Amino acid sequence: MSNTDPNAGDRPTDESSVFNIVSDADPLTRKERLYRWLDIHLFTPYRIIRSDWRASFGIAMIALFVLVGTVVVRFTPYPRVGDHPRYAPPFQSLSYPLGTDYGGRAILPQLIHATPDMLIIAFSGAVVAMSIGVVIGIVAGYKGGYWDEVLMGISDVVICIPGLPLVIVIVAIFAPDSPWMVGFILAIDNWPGLARALRSQVLTIREESYIEAGRAMGRNSGEILWDDVLPQLMPYITIRSAGAARGVIFQSVGLYFIGVLPASGLNWGVMMEEAYNTGSAVSNPGHAGHWLFAPMIVLLLMSMSLILLSQGLDRIFNPRLRARHEKTASEKDDLDADLHS
Amino acid sequence: MRYFAKRVGQAIVTIFAATSLTFVLYRLMPGGPVEALRQEYMSGERDFASGGAGRDPEEIDRLIEFHTGITPDQPIHIAYYEYMRDVLLYQDFGMSYYYGEPVFDILFRAMPWSIFVSVYGLLLGFAITIVLGAVMAFKEGGRFDKVMTVAIIILDSIPYYVAAVLMLATLAFGLGWFPTGGRAYPDAIPGFNLYFMQGVLHHGTLPILSGMVVGFGSGALAMRANSIRVMGSDYLRVAELRGLKDSRISIRYIGRNAVLPLYTGFMIGLSSIFSSSVIMERIFTYPGVGWYTFDALIRNDYPLLMGAFIFFTVITVFCILIADLTYGFIDPRASTENKESY
Repeated sequence: MSNTDPNAGDRPTDESSVFNIVSDADPLTRKERLYRWLDIHLFTPYRIIRSDWRASFGIAMIALFVLVGTVVVRFTPYPRVGDHPRYAPPFQSLSYPLGTDYGGRAILPQLIHATPDMLIIAFSGAVVAMSIGVVIGIVAGYKGGYWDEVLMGISDVVICIPGLPLVIVIVAIFAPDSPWMVGFILAIDNWPGLARALRSQVLTIREESYIEAGRAMGRNSGEILWDDVLPQLMPYITIRSAGAARGVIFQSVGLYFIGVLPASGLNWGVMMEEAYNTGSAVSNPGHAGHWLFAPMIVLLLMSMSLILLSQGLDRIFNPRLRARHEKTASEKDDLDADLHS
Repeated sequence: MRYFAKRVGQAIVTIFAATSLTFVLYRLMPGGPVEALRQEYMSGERDFASGGAGRDPEEIDRLIEFHTGITPDQPIHIAYYEYMRDVLLYQDFGMSYYYGEPVFDILFRAMPWSIFVSVYGLLLGFAITIVLGAVMAFKEGGRFDKVMTVAIIILDSIPYYVAAVLMLATLAFGLGWFPTGGRAYPDAIPGFNLYFMQGVLHHGTLPILSGMVVGFGSGALAMRANSIRVMGSDYLRVAELRGLKDSRISIRYIGRNAVLPLYTGFMIGLSSIFSSSVIMERIFTYPGVGWYTFDALIRNDYPLLMGAFIFFTVITVFCILIADLTYGFIDPRASTENKESY
C-alpha cells in the first residue's frame, strides 16, 4: 500500500462519484408515481375549478348539456301535436312544466330533443374552425416570409368577406340538413380570427432558444411545429375552441331563427322562428312569449357556460395558479420561498 | 407608402376573390341554381303557365336565362370573363327577377341605410367598451370592477338577435316607444327636413342599439386588461414625476396605448356587424342590403342574392380599408414589418 494517499478516505469512491448520484431521494414507488400523475392531471384541475365559481359553473353546465343531449334525450318521449292543450302557459302542470306551443306540444321535451343537434353543430364547427386556424396560423407564424404573406393574405381576404351573407349564399345553393354539415359551413366564418391570433402567439415562440436548437439540429419544420410549437399552444387552442363553439352556436341558431337554414327536426332556432311567426310571440308576449323565451334562455345558458368554461380553462392552464394548487410540485416552491425569506 | 399600396392591393384582391367565389358557387357547383331550376322545369314542378310537363329544352334554357341571368350553354371561361367584366367594370349585376329592376339600383338605394345603422351601432358599442374598460381598470379590484365583470359576461352571452327581439317586444310592441318596422315615416319627404330626419332616427334607434350589442361585450374586458398592463409601465411614473396633468396622462399616455390592441378587434367587428345585419334587418323589417339578401333567398332571386353578397363584401372591404389606413397613422409600427424568414 505504498501509493496510499493520506487523503484517500475523503475522496469519493467510484461507486458514489458525483456522476453516479442521480438523486439523494429514494426512487418513487409506483403508488407515489400514480399519485403524482393523478395530482397533475386530475386533482389540481379539480382544485382550481373548485376554488373558482365561474369555472365550476361553466363546466357543470356544459356537463349537464352533454348529459341531456346523450342520456336524458333517450328517456324523454318525443313531443307530438295534440299531446296537451294549445298555448298553455308555463308552470301550470307537471306534464308540461314550461307550457305548450300552438299544437299542444310541450316546450321542455322540445328543448331536450333539440340539444343533440346543437351539440353536434357546436362540436363540428369548433373542430373544423380550429383545425384550419391552427394549421394556417402556426405555419404562417413559424415560417414567416413568403408563407406568412400568402397565408395571412388568404386569412385577411376571408376576414373581409362578411361571413353570414357568404353562409347564406352557400346555404341557398346546398340546403344542408345534417347538423354536421351546418357546423362545417359555419366554420368558414370562424377560422381566420383564430389563425391570426395563433400566428401572433407563434411569433414569440419561434424566437425561443429551444426552437432554434431544433433548427440547428436539422429537424424539419413539420417536426418542430408538431413536437415543440404545438404543445406550447394547446392551452390557448383549447380556450379558443370554447369561444369558437359559442360563435358557431350563435350563428346557427340565428340562421335557423330567420329561417335561412332548412328546418329539420327540433331545434332552438326553429322553435324561436315558429314562436315568432306562428305564435306572433313578439307582438303578443302574454300569449306565446314562453314559447319564444324558453329556447332563448337555454341558448343564453349554453353560451354563458361556454364563456365561463373558456375562462375556467384559462385558469387550469395558467402555470402560476397551477403551482399554488399542485401538492406534489409545491414543495420546491416552498423551499425557495423559505430560502428567500 | 408600401404599407398603403399593400392594403389597397389587398382590398382589390378581396373584392376580386369574392366576385369569383360567387361565380364559382353560382355556376360550377353541382346542384347549383341552374341545375336545380332545370330539374324543376323538366319535372313540370314549376309550370304555372303551360300546365304540364314536356317543355322543349330550348324553352327551358330561355326560362333559366330569364330567372337567373345565365345563358346555360355558354362555355365556362367566356361566361366567367363576361360575368367579371359586367360586375367589376360596368357594375352590372343583372336583373332581379322578382322586382324586375337592375340589382345594382335596388341595392345601391338600400346601402346607405345599412351603413348608417351598422356603423353607428358599432361606434357606439366601441365607445362604451373603451370607457367602461378604462373605468374598470381605474377601479381595479373594487366593487364596480367585480360587478361589471359579471355583468359583462352575462351581456356577452346574449346573442344580438335575442337582444333585438327582446327590445322589439318590450320597447316597440310593449311600450310603443319605437316603430316596429320600416326606416322612416311613410308620409315624410326624403331630404334635409326635420320631420324626415327625426323619422330616420326614430326608426334607426332599435337597430343601432342592437348593433351596439355586437360591438360591445368582451372588448371591455380586453380594454381593462390592456389599461392595467399599461398602467404598470415605467414611462407613466416618469410622466407623473414630470408633473403632467392627470387628464393628459390618462388620455394620451394610457388611453392611446391601451386602445391600440383593440383596433384589430374593431376591424373584425366591422365585418361581423355587416354580417349580422342580415338577421337584424329581418327582425326589424328594416329594408337595407341585409333585408334584400333575405328577401332574395326566400324568393329564389339568385341575381339579387349574389349581388347582395358582393355589395356586402365591397362595403366591408371599404370600411376595413379606411380603418387599416388610419391605423398606420395611429401606430407607426404597423407600417414597418421586418421578420426573418425560415
